Amino acid sequence: MSTPTASRLHRPTLVIGIGLFAIAAITWHDAANMKIRASYGMGADAASYFISIFLGLLGLGHLISAFRRQTDPEPSDWKAVLWVSLGLLSLIAALWFDLGFVLGSTLLFCFTARAFGRKALLADIVLGFVIATGIFLLFNKVLTLGLPMGPFERLF
Amino acid sequence: MESLIYLMQGFGTALDPANLMFAAVGVILGTAVGVLPGIGPALTVALLLPVTFKLDPGGSLIMFAGIYYGGMYGGSTTAILLNTPGESASVVTALEGNQMARRGRGGPALATAAIGSFVAALIATAGLAFFAPLLVKVAVKFGPWDYFGLMLIAFVTVSATFGSSPLRGLTSLGIGLWLGLIGIDQLTGQTRLSFGVPNLLDGIEVTTLAVGLFAIGEALFVASRHLFNDEKPMAIKGSIWMSREDWKRSWKPWLRGTAVGFPIGALPAGGAEIPTFMSYTMERKLSSKPEEFGKGAIEGVAGPEAANNASAAGTLVPLLTLGLPTSATAAVMLAGFQQYNLQPGPLLFVQHPALVWGLVASLFIANVMLLVLNLPLVGLWVRLLKIPLPWLYAGILVFACMGTIAANPSVIELMMLVGFGFLGFVMRRYDYPIAPVVVGLILGPMADSQLRRALQMSLGDPMILLQHPGSAIMIAIASIALLAPFFFRGLSKFRQDED
Repeated sequence: MSTPTASRLHRPTLVIGIGLFAIAAITWHDAANMKIRASYGMGADAASYFISIFLGLLGLGHLISAFRRQTDPEPSDWKAVLWVSLGLLSLIAALWFDLGFVLGSTLLFCFTARAFGRKALLADIVLGFVIATGIFLLFNKVLTLGLPMGPFERLF
Repeated sequence: MESLIYLMQGFGTALDPANLMFAAVGVILGTAVGVLPGIGPALTVALLLPVTFKLDPGGSLIMFAGIYYGGMYGGSTTAILLNTPGESASVVTALEGNQMARRGRGGPALATAAIGSFVAALIATAGLAFFAPLLVKVAVKFGPWDYFGLMLIAFVTVSATFGSSPLRGLTSLGIGLWLGLIGIDQLTGQTRLSFGVPNLLDGIEVTTLAVGLFAIGEALFVASRHLFNDEKPMAIKGSIWMSREDWKRSWKPWLRGTAVGFPIGALPAGGAEIPTFMSYTMERKLSSKPEEFGKGAIEGVAGPEAANNASAAGTLVPLLTLGLPTSATAAVMLAGFQQYNLQPGPLLFVQHPALVWGLVASLFIANVMLLVLNLPLVGLWVRLLKIPLPWLYAGILVFACMGTIAANPSVIELMMLVGFGFLGFVMRRYDYPIAPVVVGLILGPMADSQLRRALQMSLGDPMILLQHPGSAIMIAIASIALLAPFFFRGLSKFRQDED
């Protein structure tokens, strides 16, 4: 995986440093393209330039500390992270395609439960469905907040 | 004197039966959510904000106060029974509290935390009622340059006191400041970093950021770690009441904790972390039984828990009088006030005295309510801790997403929430503090506009910041606080190299 030269370099710190440089560059570019100028004093672009420089310095700090000894993060269960991400994506997709809050939340609920090691998918779907419907009824009917509606929600 | 009359009127409003019910609901909801592992007060307030949207401003503020104190109390319960502090300020409570619970003294630990929090919050809220009007008198004389100096101090203390290294804290702050740039600039109408996305024109919602970083980020992080660590809540054995000796050993730490917590919270000195640690060290030195520390000394719960609550009430002083949030919880609370169209600051006291003093009165009432409800209900909170993790986090995620789309019904907002969730996960994994991001998002644009207002008044001469003694002193303090850790670390590194 890692070559002997790369092992001395703490890769996550390096990546974060490069990311900070990228954000700094985008911010600088955005500030340079601002049209509205202040008549005197500081314009809206000044803060952008300042923060861009600040982020650049932080990026530099990360590059330097990438060469120092860093503690590695504790091991992670990436499969679990993937399951949670899948749940969040299902909710986004459900709202994107107007399928409603209840369907999206049910999927989010059972995928997250799966991430934490539950295998009883059917039970979790039922439980998630009941919770999502309960939240929907409470917020849409009692507190009159507008949660996104799909075919199922329009039945009420 | 005038403020006392307003406070009495505030009590009049808050003691109305309907409002008492709002306070009770707030306290119960706040505790129930705050007690869930991994959820601190900031997240509790952010998650429950949508619940208060549709109530009238008076009622929702009262419920809000209940949620705030309830969340604080719930956090300490989790720390004691589960050894998973929901926020950095309860880390110290977990040290001794969990040891007490392991030795079958969970009941007295919870009781001393609850009563200590009550005493501390009572004194600190009285301090708030006393000092806020005085500070308002000073604050109305503040120019934009003074505000700018204050915000610089807040930036430095918030990012330097949280987290494992100044570089990480400052990076978190930088991310928050950068997020604060996004949207239409209030002074000129110039859009910054909106990339043509209409949802970004109004800027990033503080609640979306806080819920994403805290709730989604935490859920992702716990999911990634659940195979490797398994904490079971401690059962409460024996009496939940404190013995005579417990009382004797608790009351002084409560008062000392309050004395440490309130001033540090009230100064923009970076949240409740420092006072809780200070109180812990102090109690250890002063204790008649120092050998019990590390094995469940009641002073080690009583003192820090009081310090935590006193400093939380202390942060309300700069928040209400200056509009300056100095902790993640205060930042979320500021967002809450703005949701009710209230802008904290000296003008709030002049324009809406009834509301401000109503809030202070509700804080008192929520505090009493908390003590009355929570000790008898402790069995219920313990049962909440026993919800299996898969369902617990699945429920938290559903509720967190629901709150965000209920407040801003759009898929883009949900995508931002999820994006912030992953940001929070990465930050947690690599040990970056979360709170500076939230504080940076709120204070960044404020500092920007104060600085520009100052420069407009001086016709563009930056020396105005140094010509006014107030801002000059504050800028000096901020620079020293910023550079000192690097300097000292440089020194110690130098010594290490010599060895």
